[in-house]
Amino acid sequence: MLNNFWSWFAILLTIGSILACWWLLHWTKGISNREDDEVGDTGHVWDEDIRELNNPLPRWWLHLFNITIVFALIYLVLFPGLGNLAGVLGWTQEKRYEDEIAAAEAAEAAIFSDYLAMAPEALINDDQAMATGRRLFGQNCAMCHGSDGRGAYGFPNLTDDEWQWGAGHDNILFAINNGRQAAMPPWEAALGDEGVMQVTEYVMKLSGHRATETLARVGEEKYAMFCVACHGADGKGNPALGAPDLTNDAWLYRGDRDTIAEAIRNGRNGNMPAFGEQLSEERRRILAAYVLSLSEGAQAD
Amino acid sequence: MSKAHKKLEKNINLMAVWIVVVVSIAGLVELLPLVAQEQIIEPSEGIEPYPPLQLAGRDVYVREGCYVCHSQQVRPFRSETERYGPYSVAGESVYDRPFQWGSKRTGPDLARVGGRYSDDWHRIHLLNPRDVVPESNMPGYPWLAEATIDGADIQNRMRALMRLGDPYTEEQVEGAPDAVAGKTEMDAVIAYLQGMGITRTGR
Repeated sequence: MLNNFWSWFAILLTIGSILACWWLLHWTKGISNREDDEVGDTGHVWDEDIRELNNPLPRWWLHLFNITIVFALIYLVLFPGLGNLAGVLGWTQEKRYEDEIAAAEAAEAAIFSDYLAMAPEALINDDQAMATGRRLFGQNCAMCHGSDGRGAYGFPNLTDDEWQWGAGHDNILFAINNGRQAAMPPWEAALGDEGVMQVTEYVMKLSGHRATETLARVGEEKYAMFCVACHGADGKGNPALGAPDLTNDAWLYRGDRDTIAEAIRNGRNGNMPAFGEQLSEERRRILAAYVLSLSEGAQAD
Repeated sequence: MSKAHKKLEKNINLMAVWIVVVVSIAGLVELLPLVAQEQIIEPSEGIEPYPPLQLAGRDVYVREGCYVCHSQQVRPFRSETERYGPYSVAGESVYDRPFQWGSKRTGPDLARVGGRYSDDWHRIHLLNPRDVVPESNMPGYPWLAEATIDGADIQNRMRALMRLGDPYTEEQVEGAPDAVAGKTEMDAVIAYLQGMGITRTGR
């Protein structure tokens, strides 16, 4: 809201401008000295006989100007344009936005209310729900998990059958609602350079790669001291903690020696943001079903 | 032809003055009242001057020309708020000198990007965007990870902003070198990005 002074400033200058336009239009019309069909002139004469003619504006043209003036006045009565005066329609940008949202929500509610009651399996078999899911995924998930859901370095592949935090619809929905915060501490201080190398060899061996046996043997002892709490004695991991299975060859951060050593040395802090506040429950349920469908598709292949 | 008309048309200086007067009326009506309008010049709820690290990041953002491809202005349409978050209001930008609203979206709008991705995501993405978004055409900015922030420089910038009216306290300025000690430009940009729009999105 403008204060009184600025409101009147805007009103008077706006109305004044419109009146000035109207006056100019009719004043210049009167300049012409025309009488009947004779073409008048402005009275300017150069080089003795060159006169500046002054034909009046064609009538249709003149009326176009008149129409713009009438339009401006009608507009200013209907819409907010004069200082703080709201206009008789009461139009505001905020209200227009809210109306747009309300209309969309009403249209969506009819479709989305059904989704809320549907089981994940039913959602997966509903083409429209999955088409919606694909768009929601593209908008909210694809920048980390990839538009095809295959993930990237540090971001889980959703199309394979490996689930760091546990498989199944409920675990996926939980991740979408609350996010995930993985926390592997750095072990460099505890293990030292040599220790990192030994444990790396053992992890290589666990996942079925060739490893230097002598180093891996010492590494196994250190693994049993430091790593076992989360990754388990058999290296199968612990979904409750988000500790990955080390025995398969699926890697969140590549499975080469250097990358594994880096993880042991500096730890890892994978972080998925929560979408519980951002997306409506229907949308989150559709997304969870869509993500589930990605992995099931992979199984069928 | 009237006398006044003759005078105006034959005196180019007088005519120039009147042209300026006439042309400036629209500007006077549209712009001048805004300078006094509270909702435009007062900070929105929760908007504070940028902390030192974010301020440094903002300067890097401006220097690298991020505004050329990224806008920072969510317009009040459903298609925009569905994608980005709550629409922008004027009071959010009171401490942006200059504002970074931008005018072109080659990349997405960034006004609500704070908290949307993890710090790690931003780090990977800024080093080489295609590592996380294969179809991206954004250039990488690997040199940001190697350049460190100069604390004294940030102090000077904060003092300059204080002179323009930003309500930094003397303690904040004193603490600035500690706040940015050992931080790279990468850290600063990420801090800036992660702070963007969080008062509006609640992230």
